[in-house]
Amino acid sequence: MAIHAESLTKRFGNFTAVDNISFSVEKGEIFGFLGANGAGKTTAMRMLCGLSRPTSGKAVVAGIDVVKDPEKIKRRIGYMSQRFSLYDDLTVSENMTLFAGIYGMREKDIADKRAAVLTRLGLYDERDMLVGSLPLGWKQKLAFSVSIFHEPAIVFLDEPTGGVDPVTRRQFWRQIYEASERGITVFVTTHYMDEAEYCHRVSIMVDGRIAAMGTPSELKASLGAGTMDDVFYMLARNAERIG
Amino acid sequence: MRQLKAFVKKEFLHVFRDSRTMLILLGIPTVQIILFGFAISTEIRNMDLAVVSVQQDEVIRRLTERIDASEYFTVRKILHSSDNIEKYFRDGSISLAMVFSPGFADEVFSPEGSVVQLITDGSNTNTARAAAAYASGIITMELSSGATAGQAGIQPNIKMLFNPQMRSSYSFVPGVMGLIIILICAMMTSISIVREKESGTMEILLVSPMRPLVIIISKMIPYMVLSIVNYLTILLLSITLLDVPMTGSFWSLTLLSLIYIIVSLALGLLISTKARTQLAAMLGSGMVLMIPVIFLSGLLFPIESMPRIFQIVSYIIPASWYIEGVRKLMIEGLSMSMVAKEFIILSVMAVFLLAISIKNFKLRLK
Repeated sequence: MAIHAESLTKRFGNFTAVDNISFSVEKGEIFGFLGANGAGKTTAMRMLCGLSRPTSGKAVVAGIDVVKDPEKIKRRIGYMSQRFSLYDDLTVSENMTLFAGIYGMREKDIADKRAAVLTRLGLYDERDMLVGSLPLGWKQKLAFSVSIFHEPAIVFLDEPTGGVDPVTRRQFWRQIYEASERGITVFVTTHYMDEAEYCHRVSIMVDGRIAAMGTPSELKASLGAGTMDDVFYMLARNAERIG
Repeated sequence: MRQLKAFVKKEFLHVFRDSRTMLILLGIPTVQIILFGFAISTEIRNMDLAVVSVQQDEVIRRLTERIDASEYFTVRKILHSSDNIEKYFRDGSISLAMVFSPGFADEVFSPEGSVVQLITDGSNTNTARAAAAYASGIITMELSSGATAGQAGIQPNIKMLFNPQMRSSYSFVPGVMGLIIILICAMMTSISIVREKESGTMEILLVSPMRPLVIIISKMIPYMVLSIVNYLTILLLSITLLDVPMTGSFWSLTLLSLIYIIVSLALGLLISTKARTQLAAMLGSGMVLMIPVIFLSGLLFPIESMPRIFQIVSYIIPASWYIEGVRKLMIEGLSMSMVAKEFIILSVMAVFLLAISIKNFKLRLK
C-alpha cells in the first residue's frame, strides 16, 4: 500500500481543517483528491508530505510514518504544484540537474537519466533554452518529469493543470498514466471534474471530511448522477465552508 | 553536500543571469566611490582667489606666491582696492578675497601685529569655512617659517591628526563600505528568499529533502562572495584612486568586515521572514536599513553631534560600529586590541540576529 491514513485530523485553534479522515491508496493507483476551496485538501496533502504535523490520527506514506519520520518521507515523494515549480531563469537541463541534486542523486546518474528523459519528452533540442521562454504546456510536461525524476514512490500533484487548455491537459494526463504504469502512485488534487473521470479512484472532501470515495463510475451510480460534475455539485452544495 | 553544491550553483546562476542585478551589485560600489571621491566633496581645490593690497611688498608677494602654489587656491586677480570685490564675487570670478591692511609688512613685526582680512562667499557655508581655514593655515605657516619669524602674539597651531590634508575621502570610505555591504547582503538576500516564496518554488523546496538550514546557507553564500568582492573593490579603489591609506592590518579589517557581512546577511534573512513580496522586501530593507545607515551611522553626520535620542538609536545600528571600526583600523592604523569593542559588539549582534532569524525562518515553515 502506498498511502494509508487513519483518523487523520488537523486543528488550528478552534478550526478543524481536516476532520478525522481515513483512506488508503494502492501502489500505482491514480487517486483524485477533490473538494471545493477551503475543504481541507491542501492541509491533508501537507500532512501526507511531512510538511505539517497531524493533531491526531496517523498516516503511513511509502512505508514511513508521517508523525515519526517526516523528513524521511520527503526523499520518497515527488511534488508538483499548480504554481510553477521550475526556475524560469535556468535552462531545461539546469532545472533537471538542480532538482536531481536536491534529491541527492549522483552527477553521473543525473547526466545519463537527463538525456533519456529529455529525449522521451521531445525536449532534447531545447535543453539549453531558458524555461521562461517555453510555452506553458511544455513547462508543465517538464515540471512533471522533474517531479518524478528521482523515481519517487508517490508523486503529489497539487492542482497541476491550473490555467491550461483542454488539449494540453489531455497530453498531461497521458504522462500521468505512463508514470502510474511504471508503478509510481499518483495523488492528485484538481478543480476540473473532467479530470476526475481520468482517476482510478477519487475522494471528495466537504468541510474537512471525506463525503464520498470510490471509482468515478461507482460514485455516479450511487448518486444517480450523469457526470462527475453533478456528483461534485450534489455533495458540495451543502458545504458550510466555501473558500 | 551534493544538495548544497547543486543549490549554491543555482543561486550563482540566478545572480549571473540577471544582468540588472549584476550591474547594480558591481556598479554601485564603483559609482559611489567615484561620486563621493570626486563630485560630492567638501574639500576645496583650485578655488579662485583675489589678493587685495594697497601696495605690494616683499611679504605680500611671497604670501601670494605660496598661496598660488598650493593645490587649494589659484590667484586670479591682484587688486589695489577692495571696491570691486563684491562684483567679482557676484559674477563668480572669485570665491575668496584676501585683503591686506595698508602697511601690512611693517606691522607684521610690530608687537600689535597686522591685519589680514579673509572674505568668503557665505552662501555655501561649508566651503566658505573650509576655504578660510585653509587660507589662514597657509598664512600662519608662511609667517611663522624662518624667513619671517620673530613676530609677536600667539599663533594657533592646528594639526589634523590622521588626515593632515583634510581629505573628505578619509571619512566616507568607511561609510561607503558599511553601506554597500548592508545593501548587498541584506537587501539581495531578502529579495532572493522572498522571490522563491512569491514564485511558489519555496513550496517545492520545503517538500524536498533539503533542510531549511541548508536552504538558508546556500542562499547566503553567493551574496557573501559578492560582498567580499565588493569589499576588495572598494578597498582597492580607495587606495589607488582616492589615496586613502591602509595604515592598519589588512587581515584585521577583513575579519571585521566578515563579521559585519554575517550581521547583514542575518538582517536580510530576518526581513525575508516578514516580507511577503519582493517589493516589500526591498522597501523594508530600504526603510529599516538604508536610511538609518546613511543618516545615523556616522556616515554623513558625526554621531557625537547628534541629539541624545539619535545617538542611542545609532548604537543599535550595526553599521555605526563597523564604520567606527574601519576608521580605527584603516585610517588611524590602530591595532586590533583597540578595536576590541567593535569586534565584540558586532559578533554579539551577528550571533543574536542569526539565532532569531533562523528560528523565525523555521517557525514560518510549520
